[in-house]
Amino acid sequence: MGILDFLKNKPKPSASIAKERLRIIVAQERSTRGGPDYLPMMRNELLEVIKKYICVDIEDININVEHTSGHEVLELSVALPESKTTPTTAI
Amino acid sequence: MTAEIIVVTSGKGGVGKTTTSASLATGLAMEGKKVVVIDFDVGLRNLDLIMGCERRVVYDFVNVVQGEASLKQALIKDKRHENLYVLAASQTRDKEALTQEGVERIINELGEEGFDYIICDSPAGIEKGAHLAMYFADHAVVVVNPEVSSVRDSDRIIGLLSSKTRRAEHGKETITLYLLLTRYNPARVEAGEMLSVKDVEEILGMSVIGVIPESQNVLAASNSGVPVILDTASCAGKAYHDAVARILGEDRPLRFLDTPKKSLLQRMFGG
Repeated sequence: MGILDFLKNKPKPSASIAKERLRIIVAQERSTRGGPDYLPMMRNELLEVIKKYICVDIEDININVEHTSGHEVLELSVALPESKTTPTTAI
Repeated sequence: MTAEIIVVTSGKGGVGKTTTSASLATGLAMEGKKVVVIDFDVGLRNLDLIMGCERRVVYDFVNVVQGEASLKQALIKDKRHENLYVLAASQTRDKEALTQEGVERIINELGEEGFDYIICDSPAGIEKGAHLAMYFADHAVVVVNPEVSSVRDSDRIIGLLSSKTRRAEHGKETITLYLLLTRYNPARVEAGEMLSVKDVEEILGMSVIGVIPESQNVLAASNSGVPVILDTASCAGKAYHDAVARILGEDRPLRFLDTPKKSLLQRMFGG
């Protein structure tokens, strides 16, 4: 890193943004891997229903199938928006 | 006698699969192994160019699968190593020309011919060609670049390797996975512009078998049809040698992970 680098206004290193994004998407894709094929479609349909009432984005919905001893648990979590601003999401 | 089957795969295209297949096959041959490297990219033959034998292709992999030529007729002997052979992909047929039964028959025949290693150079994607290239494998070299789409695709491929191969389907011991990081640029990693070895290892949850630095010698080698591992003066060539040694069980530390030293002027002005 040279003198000129200090003069530039440096944003967050892009490699750490890449790492964070990959960490999330890889974990999400692993959790649905080997799971039932209908999960992504069900996620989209659930989004449609939820959007009638609350303004959420598809990124805010997480679906997981957990295998615990002898049975499977379908886990659905929806991150609700912080304030009641007008809906900005669109598909 | 059965041969060890290694698939070189990645999911994403352009990350260095063929470069790796050529260097891995050559490196194993240099260690005295009898090796054949097969191009599974039917329709887009390229391994022959990287190996420098493009003008000697008469019969190809599909001809053998379809019984139009014998294995002996189609195997191209390497000019530099007498225990190294290339089986080229077809240029004219489509992907459907390969069948699982056909591939299995040829792999068995190669085993009977006394080959120690069969290197399967996979096409990009997760379609039929890629599936057939990985199906019979005992080991897999997953080639990945320090770049988001490549890392994501390799995670997907790792998932397929552990579920959609003969070993997985027959409940045998799972395939050995080797992660090979290519096109690594230590200066960009240092500047925070590129994922580091550690980052990639953490995301994929496995350690690398080798790191091949980004090098101008790789293009020079492909230009001249000489696998880069034979460029023993280049960092990329040396790094491929290390990776081959590790695959054969040798313990070698990773090299070329640091930025080459710069002059004072370059350092001051960030050149």
